[in-house]
Amino acid sequence: MWESVKEFASEFFVTGDPLIYGADVSIVLSIIAIVSVLTYFKKWGWLWREWLTTVDHKKIGIMYILASVLMLFRGGVDALLMRAQLVMPEMQFLSGDHYNQIFTTHGVIMILFMAMPLMFGLFNVIVPLQLGARDVAFPFLNALSFWLFFSGAMLFNLSFVIGGSPDAGWLAYPPYSELAFNPGPGQDFYIWGIQISGIGSLMTGINFIVTILKVRAPGMTLMKMPMFSWSVLSSCIAIVFAFPILTVTLALLFIDRYLGGHFFTLDGGGNPMMYINLIWMWGHPEVYIIVLPAFGIFSEIVATFSRKKLFGYKSMVFAMIIISVLSFLVWAHHFFTMGSGADVNAFFAVTTMLIAIPTGVKVFNWLFTMFRGKITFETPMLWTVGIIPNFVIGGMTGVLLSVAPADFQYHNSYFLIAHFHQVIIAGVVFGFFAGLYYWWPKIFGFKLNERIGRWAFWLWNIGFYLCFMPQYALGLMGMTRRIYTYGWDKGWFEMNLVSTIGAVIMGAAFLVQIWDIAHSIKHMKRDTTGDPWNARTLEWSIPSPAPFYNFAVMPQVTSQDDWHERKLRIEQGLEKPAKVALEPIHMPKNSGIPIVMSMFWFFVGFGLIFDWLWMAVPGFIGVIACMVVHSFNYDTDYYVTVEEIKRTEAEAGRVIT
Amino acid sequence: MKTSKTVRCMSFLFMFILLFLTTGCADNYIVLDPKGPIGEQQKDLMILSTLLTLIVIVPVLILTFVIVWRYRDREGRKAKYTPNWEHSTKLEIIWWGIPIIIITLIGIVTVRYTYSLEPSKPLESEKKPITIQVTNLDWKWLFQYPEQGIATVNYVQFPEDTPVRFEVTSDAPMNSFWIPQLGGQIYAMSGMSMTLYLQADEQGEYMGSGANFTGKEFAKMFFTANATSQEDFDQWVNQVKNTSPALTLDGYKELTKQGTSDVRYFSAFPEGLYEMTVTKYAASHNHGLSTRVQPPARVKE
Repeated sequence: MWESVKEFASEFFVTGDPLIYGADVSIVLSIIAIVSVLTYFKKWGWLWREWLTTVDHKKIGIMYILASVLMLFRGGVDALLMRAQLVMPEMQFLSGDHYNQIFTTHGVIMILFMAMPLMFGLFNVIVPLQLGARDVAFPFLNALSFWLFFSGAMLFNLSFVIGGSPDAGWLAYPPYSELAFNPGPGQDFYIWGIQISGIGSLMTGINFIVTILKVRAPGMTLMKMPMFSWSVLSSCIAIVFAFPILTVTLALLFIDRYLGGHFFTLDGGGNPMMYINLIWMWGHPEVYIIVLPAFGIFSEIVATFSRKKLFGYKSMVFAMIIISVLSFLVWAHHFFTMGSGADVNAFFAVTTMLIAIPTGVKVFNWLFTMFRGKITFETPMLWTVGIIPNFVIGGMTGVLLSVAPADFQYHNSYFLIAHFHQVIIAGVVFGFFAGLYYWWPKIFGFKLNERIGRWAFWLWNIGFYLCFMPQYALGLMGMTRRIYTYGWDKGWFEMNLVSTIGAVIMGAAFLVQIWDIAHSIKHMKRDTTGDPWNARTLEWSIPSPAPFYNFAVMPQVTSQDDWHERKLRIEQGLEKPAKVALEPIHMPKNSGIPIVMSMFWFFVGFGLIFDWLWMAVPGFIGVIACMVVHSFNYDTDYYVTVEEIKRTEAEAGRVIT
Repeated sequence: MKTSKTVRCMSFLFMFILLFLTTGCADNYIVLDPKGPIGEQQKDLMILSTLLTLIVIVPVLILTFVIVWRYRDREGRKAKYTPNWEHSTKLEIIWWGIPIIIITLIGIVTVRYTYSLEPSKPLESEKKPITIQVTNLDWKWLFQYPEQGIATVNYVQFPEDTPVRFEVTSDAPMNSFWIPQLGGQIYAMSGMSMTLYLQADEQGEYMGSGANFTGKEFAKMFFTANATSQEDFDQWVNQVKNTSPALTLDGYKELTKQGTSDVRYFSAFPEGLYEMTVTKYAASHNHGLSTRVQPPARVKE
């Protein structure tokens, strides 16, 4: 009996690596710490009522952001481990297997479990406020989306200590990801982790399309909508078209692995090429899905801190829509060197280049928003200005890569690695950072420390250039991606050393940001204005943090940048704060079903990964049961009384009569 | 005061990057130091496309610094402030127009080169091309010389100034076959045989590698591509023929097992081994680039 337990445990848990034992210990310790703190302060009930069952879009957004920062930490540690292994030739720090697992999890986590939730977090906290709405269109679905993302992410992260991590790269190309070459549970963790969180992403996409199209404040026509909301709309349209492809692709791969299908294996009549086409039909739009909202963020920030109306609003909207459509027509540029022939390569090369046009136009429009403005450099603006040269260089190398015959030399080399990190870190991550610094006071009610924020900005940027500029050079020196070791004879040592130093600086920058947050909480100065940046859009017209019902009185929108215009009118004495009659507000009730249902999904995934039907089948029954229970739940909403609105507004320092 | 410091730091950073990109040992940049006609043209194309994109990028970067500098908020500045200026058809036409023109130019160049550099297109040469069949195995490269009847592992030799017709397939997860100094890579995939023409104009030993991840020891899939004179090549072939063992079918099966390998030579290999490898995966497929379809070579008479 004992022997069989031991045998099971040695297969079930990942063993033999001191790094992983260290992680095991710290995971157990932090779980013990969290549980005891919650128990000691008697916070379990509070946690359940206020957070775990919430349908409030602002709280869901905060949970997304929190989860994504944790994932940024994990993905960042992965990155540092990789850079440590590559710092010099013939390094013996990580084995080939371990290195492969680390770059795979790094890629998956950074794109799907860091960038996506950070983006969804900002969608959630800001979009309804910008639109002058009380909540998203489907609050229950929104909570379910979050918990599905969360359980998918936890499932994926578990692979690191249980069963073993996937090692086939972030897109898991067959045949290497098929059972014949990759028999362990790692690849199934990949499939189910992404699959479960992917359902959540798709639902978020639908939810925000409907929110933006249907629940805007009265008077806000589409062409008066803030640019960030426009960018969310274009990104969500891409989500709705792209994510079903991912779901089907992963399902087919799972059928191959679990039921002996042959969709992507050559024996039995399948074809790996089909997978590669499918995964990039999702994968390419995916990078535009995450970058479009960042464009929206830059547009908001540039206008606010230049004290000027956004230049070329219509052309910005048009450019974003073109980008989201074109993003679906370029996927084959990821495999110019797979023998598609000159016709196909020429087509995809040209469509890829076309994307540079609308993207370039956006950069010009940001520049001309600053032109004849009064630019101040608070942290959000500092990030935005810093991003422009960075993103422009990244975009330029993108055009270089799209030149198909030249891509035969760039493909799979470090040149490519440098390019996509430059657009994704400089464009997406820095963009979301800018958004976080900008909206932080709206989310939490206080500003982050400007001085420490500047430190973080400079460290991130210097670290970035030191880390990735040498990688362009390494690509031209013939260094290919994903190798875990190289010889002294290659001449790659110096550049790799510099690159690793840069990565360490970025790691330090992350810690400075965490310090910034801790420091700002400790020396918190409450923002009483609700509008600390003197901004232009509706979310700044209400107290910070926003009350749970957002707007005590629904705003009536008459122009673009409505809040800015209203402030001007009040200043000029053209408009006086009108007396309004408060009315009871219709709000959704909290629900425990999303978290419970997602836990059942977790069991389904975990059971199928280990082929434990005794766990998967009840898990699936649980999922169905949750749906049935919810469909019979007629008690889903309530009204906030006028007294409570008055009380809440008074606490936030506003008196409404 | 604060803002000007920021801008100063930014421009310092930018200069630092430029410095960084322009220093370093030029010999190491092997992609930019091609030794054959394909690599040569690809290098030209890389430089041309870089210059064309710089036409847009450099003014944008300069404009960014100028605008940020000039319109920063400070006491007593003279620059104009127009808070409601939000549209100018003239300007919009300019910056929709310039990128469209540049991209059209790059597009035209790209399409032309895409056809002329199509990897399966034979090279113009007075010499008859030599065929080398490349098989990607876990984690080694097998080279077969159907005309010479020899085979090698992780080492490939061919005469200079002679077009080499690489036929590339895989008996393992897909990889990518790349000799940077001779020209771009091509994927090695099971069930299909891809053709890649390369040529070395100079004698020398060139680094070759597997560029697409195939698992644990994929990082050990470097090989040497040695371009020698015709005489040296013939001599080498004879030497391999006379001194090395033959590759048997069992020996091949041994090679397909996962593991790295040193350089190895074989005086012979089973007849049709390469075709067998391709067809065993391609029973139900017929890709356009299969070995059976040979495009007419443009050999000058």
